[in-house]
Amino acid sequence: MQANSFFSSLLSDLGARWFLGCLLALVVLVPVLNGLVAQDSAFYVPTYAVGLMGKYLCFALLALSLDLVWGYCGILSLGHGAFFALGGYAFGMHLMREIGERGVYGHPVLPDFMVFLNWETLPWYWWGFDSFIFSILMVLLIPGLLALVFGWFAFRSRVTGVYLSIITQALTYALMLAFFLNELGFGGNNGLTDFKDVLEIDLQSDATRRGLFIISGLALAGGFILCSWLLKTHYGKVLLAVRDAESRSRFLGYRPENYKLFAFTVAAMLAGLAGALYVPQVGIINPGEFSPLNSIEIVIWVAVGGRGTLHGAALGAIVVNLAKTWFTGVLPELWLFVLGGMFVAVTVLLPKGIVGIRFYQTKPLLHRSKTSQQPSGSELGL
Amino acid sequence: MNQPILVHGEKIFNESILYMDGVTVTFDGFRALNNLSILLEPGELRAIIGPNGAGKTTMMDVITGKVRPDTGDVFYHNQSINLALLDESEIAQLGIGRKFQKPTVFEKQSVADNLYLALKANRGTWAALSFKPSRTQQELVEQVLQRIRLIDRQNDSAGSLSHGQKQWLEIGMLLVQDAQLLLVDEPAAGMTDAETEQTAELLQEISGSKSVMVVEHDMEFVKALDCKVSVLHEGSVLAEGTHSEVQSNATVIEVYLGR
Repeated sequence: MQANSFFSSLLSDLGARWFLGCLLALVVLVPVLNGLVAQDSAFYVPTYAVGLMGKYLCFALLALSLDLVWGYCGILSLGHGAFFALGGYAFGMHLMREIGERGVYGHPVLPDFMVFLNWETLPWYWWGFDSFIFSILMVLLIPGLLALVFGWFAFRSRVTGVYLSIITQALTYALMLAFFLNELGFGGNNGLTDFKDVLEIDLQSDATRRGLFIISGLALAGGFILCSWLLKTHYGKVLLAVRDAESRSRFLGYRPENYKLFAFTVAAMLAGLAGALYVPQVGIINPGEFSPLNSIEIVIWVAVGGRGTLHGAALGAIVVNLAKTWFTGVLPELWLFVLGGMFVAVTVLLPKGIVGIRFYQTKPLLHRSKTSQQPSGSELGL
Repeated sequence: MNQPILVHGEKIFNESILYMDGVTVTFDGFRALNNLSILLEPGELRAIIGPNGAGKTTMMDVITGKVRPDTGDVFYHNQSINLALLDESEIAQLGIGRKFQKPTVFEKQSVADNLYLALKANRGTWAALSFKPSRTQQELVEQVLQRIRLIDRQNDSAGSLSHGQKQWLEIGMLLVQDAQLLLVDEPAAGMTDAETEQTAELLQEISGSKSVMVVEHDMEFVKALDCKVSVLHEGSVLAEGTHSEVQSNATVIEVYLGR
């Protein structure tokens, strides 16, 4: 009964209804247009496009998870990509183990890069990754555990604002440098690649592509529903209270650090899941995914789409990445300028992002009160 | 636990809800509180007055755990608990509520949600995930909404309220919090004369079942409260007594007028 009332209230929200509706349509239509329509038909969706869209859906889930902490909790994480990459690595490790004897060196246990490094045995931290279930657990637990430990120290010490942003950035940078090391045992510079199949199904087949696309869509929908539910509970209200007036919430007896820690950990796990779905679709995971630039890009997706609206964050990821795909194809040297320009334009003109645009504007744009246009530092999570 | 307590050199055996004993707080060499001792009886309504910089707000900060005293103890409930050792949320969970000088409500959330946030309940993260207000709690919130005259505004965002209404909302939050000790910092600021009068009545009603400490500048308001008054000056208590006693006290007059 409670779940029913939650869903009816979720669907009464216009943004949520549109988002879930479009997502469902996409999840059904794209695989049908790829699998059942003749290749010369105008409606045929080529397989590379299915993979591309699947990738966007993973990014949308990642953006959604950042929005949970940034939009609803005021934590501007500039290292959210680290959780995505860790999830990706965890699943990549499973895919490496599934290669088995088909590697270049044909070693029954060791991945190619370990044979190349003359390693004799599998390091202990690779144990268990031959199991799919174990790997999926690790996809969630490793980013979750890192967020839990990191957040526990940071939030308990009452590190907030810019300082927190900087140490999250340092976190992902440190991980990037570590993962570049060959000795760490994650393939160094090249990362993990040459995946063959997942659960004994060929990764390159069209059907697998469609399957991964559908799973990514469902994961996005699941993440969206989970976050919406969290925010509808009393916990969600406290989270907003912590975002808007952290010290005030303490004087009501709440412990903001615990509330933040929970959201941060959930967000990290969702980001890990997004990473795990991303890796089989692009076929590689390397330390570049930890790059601070990636994490900053996620922030831009959320800002462009609309911080503090879950569907906005997801939409932002898709729109910016569509633009990225197009620009890097047509005018690659201009892309970073466009990305920066987009961020500036959104910050100045659309503080509520794309989903904040109202087509039935009651007052002319120029005559709006100035205060509503300029986001304050606290609104930006600083 | 009921040991004799020394306040201003006199032994007293009263029950206490709050007893500050020789509290000193220094900020960069400035003594905001200087060996301050003050005792509040259960159910008492007490007004705290004093010129700017007398240490009124610092005193509230010490009681609520925002500032740790350099020396001295802050006892709650007949010396059973030393608040000086606890942090803000622990103190709040003991039943000490605070209304800030500048009304601080959760502006982006509705008036009713502000009250639900303050509602006495388990403050844990897991408890919050499954928290649903009971019938009684909903009725309590409704009653308080009536009492603070915001029942018609309950679905509006708290940020849209006037300054005076925010003050009332914060008082309402103290009520639903079921605080045993209410620290109320300048409740009458930004209120009309009629609202000020209503606020004084409300605080008088609350005291008796709860203990209330009011910091105020508005002497008319303090007079309307009709309670014991403590005058703070340079971080310690200068005089204590009824409104008229304090007003005719020579040192108090000098401190207020002679500056």
